Amino acid sequence: MPEQVQPPNKHVGRRTLRRENLALLTGKGEFVDDLPVKPGTLHAAILRSPHPHAEIVSIDCSALKMSGVHAVVTGKDLAERTDPMLVGFQNPIDYYGMATDRVRYMGEPVAAVAATNRYLAEDAVEAIKVEYRPLAAVVDPLQALAPDAPLLHPRADSNCVSTRHFIHGAPEEAFAQADHGATLTIRYPRNSITPMETYAVVAEAVAETGGFDVLSNFQGPFSLHSVMTRALRVRSNALRLRSPKNSGGSFGSKLTIFPYIVVLCVLAGKAKRPVKWIEDRLEHLSAASSAANRVTKIEAAYTEAGKITVLRLTHWDDNGAYLRAPMPAPLYRMHGVSTNGYDIRNLEVTNHVVVTNKCPSGAVRGFGGPQLYFAVERMMQKVASELGMDPLELVRRNLIRPEQFPYQAIAGALLDSGNYQRVIEEASAAGDLDRLKQRKQAALQAGKLYGVGYAACVEPSQSNMGYISTLKTGDERRRAGPKDGAVASVTVSVDATGSVNVVGDSVPQGQGHQTVLAQVVADQLGLAPDDIAVALDTDTAKDGWSLAAGNYSNRFSPASVSAAHLAAERVRKKMADIAATMLNAPAEDLRFENGKILAAHNPDNAVPFYRVGGLAHWSPSSLPEGMDPGIRETAMWSAPELTPTSAKDEINTSLAYGFGFDFCGVEIDPATGVVRIDQYATAHDCGTILNPGMAEGQIRGSWASGIGATFYEEFAYGEDGSFLSGTFADYLVPSACEVPEFQLVHPTPTPSPYTRLGAKGIAEGNQYTTPACIANAVADALGFEDVLLPLAPAKVLAWLQSSERPPAEGTAPAKAEEGKPRIGGSGEVQVSATPESVWDILLDPQQMAKIIPGCDRLEAVGDNRFRGDVMLGVGPIKGLFEVRLDLTDLDKPRSAKLVGSAAGPLGSSSGAGVFNLKPMEGFATLVEYSYSIQLSGKVAAVGGRLLHGAARQLIERFMAALARQAGGDAAAEVHSTWRALGRRLLALLGGAR
Amino acid sequence: MKPPRFDYVRVESIEQAVELLAQHGDEARVIAGGQSLMPMLNMRLVRPQVLIDIAKAAELSGIKANGKAVSIAAATTQNALLRWQGLRAHLPLLAQALPHIGHFQTRNRGTVGGSLCHADPSSELPLCLALLEGVVELRSRRGTRRLAARDFQVGVLTTAKQADELATRIHFPKAPEDAVFAFKEFHRRHGDFAVVALAAMRCGNAVRLAVGGVGDRPEVRSWCGLQGSAIDDALNEFAWQLGGSDDIHATARYRRELVRHMGRLAIAETAP
Amino acid sequence: MNLLESNIRHLVRFTLNGAQVEGYAEPRLLLTDFLRHELGATGTHVGCEHGVCGACTILLDGRAVRSCLMLAVQVEGAAIETIEGLAQEDGGFSPLQQAFHENFALQCGYCTPGILMSMTEYLRDNPNPTKKEVRVALSGNLCRCTGYHEIVNAILDAAKALREEDGASS
Ligand SMILES: Cc1cc2nc3c(=O)[nH]c(=O)nc-3n(C[C@@H](O)[C@H](O)[C@H](O)COP(=O)(O)OP(=O)(O)OC[C@H]3O[C@@H](n4cnc5c(N)ncnc54)[C@H](O)[C@@H]3O)c2cc1C
Ligand code: FES
Ligand code: FES
Repeated sequence: MPEQVQPPNKHVGRRTLRRENLALLTGKGEFVDDLPVKPGTLHAAILRSPHPHAEIVSIDCSALKMSGVHAVVTGKDLAERTDPMLVGFQNPIDYYGMATDRVRYMGEPVAAVAATNRYLAEDAVEAIKVEYRPLAAVVDPLQALAPDAPLLHPRADSNCVSTRHFIHGAPEEAFAQADHGATLTIRYPRNSITPMETYAVVAEAVAETGGFDVLSNFQGPFSLHSVMTRALRVRSNALRLRSPKNSGGSFGSKLTIFPYIVVLCVLAGKAKRPVKWIEDRLEHLSAASSAANRVTKIEAAYTEAGKITVLRLTHWDDNGAYLRAPMPAPLYRMHGVSTNGYDIRNLEVTNHVVVTNKCPSGAVRGFGGPQLYFAVERMMQKVASELGMDPLELVRRNLIRPEQFPYQAIAGALLDSGNYQRVIEEASAAGDLDRLKQRKQAALQAGKLYGVGYAACVEPSQSNMGYISTLKTGDERRRAGPKDGAVASVTVSVDATGSVNVVGDSVPQGQGHQTVLAQVVADQLGLAPDDIAVALDTDTAKDGWSLAAGNYSNRFSPASVSAAHLAAERVRKKMADIAATMLNAPAEDLRFENGKILAAHNPDNAVPFYRVGGLAHWSPSSLPEGMDPGIRETAMWSAPELTPTSAKDEINTSLAYGFGFDFCGVEIDPATGVVRIDQYATAHDCGTILNPGMAEGQIRGSWASGIGATFYEEFAYGEDGSFLSGTFADYLVPSACEVPEFQLVHPTPTPSPYTRLGAKGIAEGNQYTTPACIANAVADALGFEDVLLPLAPAKVLAWLQSSERPPAEGTAPAKAEEGKPRIGGSGEVQVSATPESVWDILLDPQQMAKIIPGCDRLEAVGDNRFRGDVMLGVGPIKGLFEVRLDLTDLDKPRSAKLVGSAAGPLGSSSGAGVFNLKPMEGFATLVEYSYSIQLSGKVAAVGGRLLHGAARQLIERFMAALARQAGGDAAAEVHSTWRALGRRLLALLGGAR
Repeated sequence: MKPPRFDYVRVESIEQAVELLAQHGDEARVIAGGQSLMPMLNMRLVRPQVLIDIAKAAELSGIKANGKAVSIAAATTQNALLRWQGLRAHLPLLAQALPHIGHFQTRNRGTVGGSLCHADPSSELPLCLALLEGVVELRSRRGTRRLAARDFQVGVLTTAKQADELATRIHFPKAPEDAVFAFKEFHRRHGDFAVVALAAMRCGNAVRLAVGGVGDRPEVRSWCGLQGSAIDDALNEFAWQLGGSDDIHATARYRRELVRHMGRLAIAETAP
Repeated sequence: MNLLESNIRHLVRFTLNGAQVEGYAEPRLLLTDFLRHELGATGTHVGCEHGVCGACTILLDGRAVRSCLMLAVQVEGAAIETIEGLAQEDGGFSPLQQAFHENFALQCGYCTPGILMSMTEYLRDNPNPTKKEVRVALSGNLCRCTGYHEIVNAILDAAKALREEDGASS
């Protein structure tokens, strides 16, 4: 990205190198876990639910008398000592950050232990015994609405906890009058941009305030500070939140650290010592946060000429098991731009907020945009293909025209500036769209699967803190009072020797804010950036901050930079007033340059910057009449354009709106389903570029996570609610080999009139465009509509090939185990004993104990019901499980059903097996069996591709032991179906061994 | 994610390791490179009483080419093997396959024997051992025995090695003069475990093909004089015989498709 | 051969960036925790504790390894290098650090120490890599902020600078 340099002594717009690097490149960063803690600080570990949905029958912490363990909290403590955490509207969900009577997702905290070190804390967690009564789970947002779906929150009458319906313009009429209409249903998956540093909290109870002191890598917004204090029942000023200099990325995720802060405060209060908790990667993946997956039904009507007249969007936003503030904000943050960058004047939106048995949702870079724009942009592609029109032409015809800015979108967004057509022209030229089209032609002629896709996005920055109120009805809003604006705070001070200090509320997560603020302030004060110290570690007890403080929704460039600019301008004005008396020149005529303040018309008439600063401290009496001593200006900046939701539910959701446009060509390998990006160009107009090195870094970073969301990343759940992406080998973060090169186009910027330097945010664009652009290209290549992310090759290949080559004639297909994660199979074993004696074994706990691998003893706990402690495992992996077995459907000696469950630190499993005993000649029996097993907990989350085989191995071991037990020492052979068939097939196959 | 408690011994010789294994049996676990064991320990999936560290035992590291075989001491790292001068000449298949094992950082620690003992169905080394009909040498106080690949790896993460046995050497037959090899792997990301991995070897008109990542362990077939559509037929039957299962990265059906497709490519690559 | 008992802290000695260091560790203590919390060398980061992310990569006897997959007691007598030892003697950036700085090859910097240590070994063995080779070599280090492009450029720049340095000194 080129520098946009103004005069030679100005720094905004330059590729100023990052000052943050000096520490980070030498191992001297200050992340939470790097900082010293007070002597005696304890370490926490958290016990988590292995079940997606279960009642907690009992929690037994009696084994925690071990040395080194200082305190334990469970949901009971939270319910006693805290109040449920609030969200933006009345709802029937009580959320404490820890399960109280029920667990509702796999990984939900059930207890937390504080011990002298993390190792001991994890030992202690294992010693807690929890008895659960499993409940049916639901993971699909539409299935969750079925009348017979398991209800997550008993106080609710449905798993849909909020529905809002919006009419803007006259959608009904527009649909009635339209030439054409189209409908598309989108399913957007669950993902997150899992930062490399996980959550980190150090909490301590403070006697003097009755409150807490917390160091964490919370990213804000600090509107959540009051959610925490309300929950903790302390005054707002009794919760001191601090964040260190460095944070290892957040991308939204470190917003939802706040429930853990509450839990840690309670634990620290109970332990009477500071307690530190560093989330581990398994915890992060299973239970930290995720973008809500969403089903969107989108309907459009359009004219023959390709003008879209109306959109109807029905969203089912799946927020997982609980709502945590500010959820379901992503639905509402994008409400104002529901029509994206298109001039569409009729809109109908219905928002359903749904809960399911998955990790609660949270903020993820893009914050509602990826889900919305995927639907809108896929619709553009669909309309174009139905009209037989070039999709780019359709986009062009519908985009807002340059002369329409500022443009009030129908749902309320006040789009500040832009020239969308020009961005498209410039991108098409620089990205060589013509070449791409030629490549497509050539590829199609060569019989290849090749498609071209486009996507455009309006990129909002600096959120209106009032938008979430759009969730409420007009009446409710009137009663609650107005909410709007987004206050940013920066303090600039000049000390007695003329050194400049800047303090701000932007809570950086790695973006280089210190460097940029130094550039901005240096330009105002005529200094070099290196002269300016910038401290952005935050401390709510000392800093200027307001609700909007934090690092999210593209806030920095419009908001923090404007506040810094304003504060520096005030400092400059004050110093000019002082210098005016020293130089005997009017203040308006003074320039700040190269460390001097000088008269514009007589540059020799100058005074060093530091002298002026010094005067304000050393000699208040010399200051102009009425001026306060010292130089310290705090700017609290908001923008008047950020108004509250109107009575007609219109909301200007953000302050400044950038524009992004992408196009790409993809080729799909018909043999493997691999989608290869052949060419890709992206262009972003984000107004004034503050530092091209960093702006480009934001685009490239967003591109990489866009690629992740498109091809690799998904929090996968089984239908039964088990979580399946517990490691970085399962949740696939793209590496350098998976992130392709692309063409970055730099369009002519259109600065924002509403931010002080004209800058808009730039960090989110490719979260919106990349998935939609590539999906459109895939849809183009395949002529296939239901493009579902991520584009795993197995999925794409299934869209390509309707049928599979069967096995050779005369052989039944071997049974593969399909369907995740329901593990199942069947087999048979020959036993040299009569059905009656096999039957006797199955019903005798002593004999069963001998054949269950790893079991020493089974006790009868009822009629044909047994329990025992069993060491279960495969290879080196082993764990102690409490096993319960129940024999039912007894048809002596022909068939029986074995229903069982196993629970232990490695996870939980339940399953059922059916035995059919068939007498054979010579006192032998053929035991046919089939089983299906559900696994959840740690093994399911990390066991990935090995689960089926491992389960099968255990079953086979059991069957072999049964055969041995029944038939004496004669080694029996167990044939799982596929093996048995394999052998038969082999016999048929000439040449095979 | 911190390991449970265990005792730790660093041994200097095979003798010491074997003694400790005899003493502690099932309660002990050998750690070689730790690239599979340590993640499992950190996740507390494994709970040994004693960890026997063989990484520094000099006699467990090194490569010897003798007569018809290359004999690799079990704790030789994957990268040491990759850097071995004779690799290309004697074990050309491994020269192709080894770079697919994780990343260079994991290969700096991960060992040849560790990979075989871990017996992951998707791993490259067990696949190569199966194709090449290599042998694992096991030592215990009871003596030494040699197991052929197909007798060694018996299932998911499961081998025929007894708890008191140490894998000491791995013997790979040297590539015959006329042999041509191909190695193919499909993974989601670079360095990931294979969704499907295939190794092929041709000597004259005899072809052997090994497939990993589908069944519970690598499976091998060999054919003679296959040509044209017969190759596709054979691969199709092989694919169906392997079974396989769905997981979050791929379906069983997709794995069969890959066996058919990549099998064809691998066999073609060996064609004269 | 010495059996170190599970519940006792044992003396561990090795060299860290050239200096002899020592501390006490239970057998199960991970090397990452030992470096960071016993020795205060917090530049080595922890991102996954299962070997995939590469944030914890250090040099063990000159080779890049995952320190989350090692126990402190395993490095008795070894030579370990970490990010803290990478700068030049006068405290100035090494060519690799300098290239990262100039290329904007880091944002949050959490992945950076692991990448720098990995590339220290890599460039030593591969002084003149192609872009594609660098990407393959980088694949064992995940970065969520940058999208890798600038990292790749930085590594190529560093390789060039190191070659020139080498050429000048020989
Ligand atoms: C990020 C990452 C990616 C990876 N990708 C791949 C991949 O693509 N392909 C692949 O094949 N592997 C992969 N691996 C695993 C591979 O690196 C390991 O090297 C290998 O599986 C085990 O070797 P090890 O020496 O580390 O054994 P360890 O982890 O030390 O031990 C593994 C098992 O074998 C036993 N064992 C080890 N040596 C002996 C012996 N001599 N005698 C008896 N028992 C022994 C141990 O007790 C343990 O049960 C990956 C690992 C990581 C961390
Ligand atoms: S922390 Fe060691 S590889 Fe991730
Ligand atoms: S710079 Fe943040 S993870 Fe790489």
